[in-house]
Amino acid sequence: MKAPTTTSEDAQDTAPAPPRAWSPPPAARSRGPAAPALARIRARVLEGQRISAEEALELHESADLLLLGELADAVRRRKHPGGHVTYIVDRNINPTNVCVTDCGFCAFYRRPKHEEAYVLEREEILEKVRETAELGGRQLLMQGGHHPKIQSDWWCELIADIRARYPEVNCHALSAPELDFFSVIEKRPIEDILADLVAAGLGSVPGAGAEILVERVRRIIAPKKTDTDRWLEVHRKVHEAGLRSSATMMFGHVETAAERVEHLVRLRDLQDETGGFTAFACWNTQPDGVPEEHLYPKKTTPAQYLRINAISRVFLDNFDNVQTSYVTQGIKLAQVSLRFGCNDFGGTMLEENVVSAAGCFHLESIQRIESVIERAGFTPRQRNSWYGIVDERHDGPASPSCAAEARPPLLFAEGGVA
Amino acid sequence: MSSDAVRGRLVDQAAGAGLGPITEKVLAGERLTCAEGLELYRCEDLFAVGALANHVRERLHGDLTYFNVNQHVNYTNLCNKFCSFCSFDRQPGQKGAYTFSPEEAAEKIREQADEPVTEVHIVGGVWPKLGYDYYLDLVRAVKQARPSIHVKAFTMVELDQIRRVANKPLEEVLADLREAGLGSCPGGGAEVFADRVHQAGYQQKMSGQEWLDTARAVHQAGIRSNCTMLHGHIETLEERVDHLDRLRRLQDDTGGFQTYIPLSFHPENNDWSHLPGPTALDELREIAVGRLMLDNIPHVKAYWILMDIPIAQLALSFGADDVDGTVVEEKIYHDAGATTPQEVQRGELIDWICEAGRTPVERDTLYNVVWSGEAEPVTTG
Repeated sequence: MKAPTTTSEDAQDTAPAPPRAWSPPPAARSRGPAAPALARIRARVLEGQRISAEEALELHESADLLLLGELADAVRRRKHPGGHVTYIVDRNINPTNVCVTDCGFCAFYRRPKHEEAYVLEREEILEKVRETAELGGRQLLMQGGHHPKIQSDWWCELIADIRARYPEVNCHALSAPELDFFSVIEKRPIEDILADLVAAGLGSVPGAGAEILVERVRRIIAPKKTDTDRWLEVHRKVHEAGLRSSATMMFGHVETAAERVEHLVRLRDLQDETGGFTAFACWNTQPDGVPEEHLYPKKTTPAQYLRINAISRVFLDNFDNVQTSYVTQGIKLAQVSLRFGCNDFGGTMLEENVVSAAGCFHLESIQRIESVIERAGFTPRQRNSWYGIVDERHDGPASPSCAAEARPPLLFAEGGVA
Repeated sequence: MSSDAVRGRLVDQAAGAGLGPITEKVLAGERLTCAEGLELYRCEDLFAVGALANHVRERLHGDLTYFNVNQHVNYTNLCNKFCSFCSFDRQPGQKGAYTFSPEEAAEKIREQADEPVTEVHIVGGVWPKLGYDYYLDLVRAVKQARPSIHVKAFTMVELDQIRRVANKPLEEVLADLREAGLGSCPGGGAEVFADRVHQAGYQQKMSGQEWLDTARAVHQAGIRSNCTMLHGHIETLEERVDHLDRLRRLQDDTGGFQTYIPLSFHPENNDWSHLPGPTALDELREIAVGRLMLDNIPHVKAYWILMDIPIAQLALSFGADDVDGTVVEEKIYHDAGATTPQEVQRGELIDWICEAGRTPVERDTLYNVVWSGEAEPVTTG
């Protein structure tokens, strides 16, 4: 659990390798030595077959952006033939920025007792929820730091309070590392903690904290955070508790191409078992102003964002939805990503503290989001946390309208009652 | 150079998109007709169109992707043309109106003395009170401030104005400008050539035919230039194809165009603010169709300052082989709402190009190699 670098001489053998940026393939590879393999993979994807980890790696290392776009767009169209692109009216609330996990890529957290450390008062939070509800908001994305004194009962009370007053607003809250943190500090099994939260009204779980689900990487960038197996186990338990969750990936730091693919393999394998993931979203590290900025390579460029989105869309054939991140990528790139596999525009993000702390902030109004979707040739529709369409304009099939209707399909018989 | 697998993929993809016959012509290196240009605009499969354009781009340039280290000088924003799409122009006495003296322009050049600038891009409004000597002095002053710099100055529209105040034939004006230090001419002011659009949006400006005639004279004087099309406002697809065809026919005669640059209409602070402007996907298609139609123009530029960096980077897969340069102090598009930075570092340009999978080459204005990432492999990060 030591910090990534030290100044002492003996650290040379034990310190992890310094971060390095993955170098993208020269386009010449795709029309040269890799062309036959890429042609085979292309044919398989267009026929609707699942691709292997090796094939995903071949795409990652050799495919040009045009091929990736073509394949991702084909898979997206197969999954969403109606041409709908969804988004959710939501608000991001970070009840606390206090955290003891010390991730070097995070600009948001403050150690306990830091002068900028905060915990929002209950009334303050409820006021934000009221504003959200009045704007037609459907979801609160609530995440915070790992505050050593805030336990699951605090959250249960908060969620129950919100649900009692604003039943139309879903609490999409507590990432796997936060849930795991409760389990550790309260010395209780995760199942019990989840049972309490579900009883209080927790409706779905965000996919944050996944970073890269490979231990070599996590030991470097987030040594104190929930490890790979535990992150996956917590999501499995979330699914077993009847809740859906999403999955994420943060790339562009110390990971290799093979490790990116391994991350996707782990997600796809769990999804094969539970069917509990609603969506996948990825973003690149935003290293400006983070505590260990000097350890991180330069921010990756948009070409890599599109590359990872497209490969994820093709590889994660058991995920219905891939979400773009205009908050980190900007509206123009988000629009283009709708042709590189994404079918969801994410949230309106009435408040986004975490990303803006890292010097990157794009807030867009509902009207603008709709216009960007329409002008890219798609039909915008509002959704809820379970990707059910809640839009009055909706003309498609019925969708889940609440957590109970959205229970992980491979674990719960259709229409069954727990 | 293309393997069977690559050709097979192109043919298969294009057939699926209904572009079979066009693909055969592209693979055979044959010229596309205007009707085929329209098909490319109308094809729903953007990736199929992009793949064809990319094929041509790679046939011409492989992975080489050009940039330069340049700076802009917009010498005045006074203008009497009242173009509907323009947010830059001002009238005398209006807030923000300015004109640089030749010495002030030279100072802008001297401010960059420590940067490896090889080109200055000089364009401005059309203002009749500026005398013939002003233009000559402007070029001379800049050249004197940095003798090694290539002066790329004055669009066809400005040249027409300079000819007017000089009261001399254009040939003589060009000779004088050359002697003062003019190296080449930028491609702006072409807008869309069609008379209908000209009448509706910029009737005070020279007509499309006059623009082409002026460019012909510039080329005949031995001066190279670029060409542009301002897309995404009131023009039809047919009018875009007509524009490209007219550029292509002039190029058949003179060979004087180096680079085609599609310019995206920006709708803020001008008479056409009610129009939405092109989407990022439209911009990519514009690059691709330009590359496919303009088979006789060597380079297609993704001008990052108005496309946004992400889209310009992506355009390198849709037919573009040039991203323009470091661009110190761009004003014209920023007045129209461009939110891009006003300049970028050389190293950043190299990073974008490498992450697009291409090979960066720093060029001078006339595409002589200044530095090549081929000889000196670049590692990013």
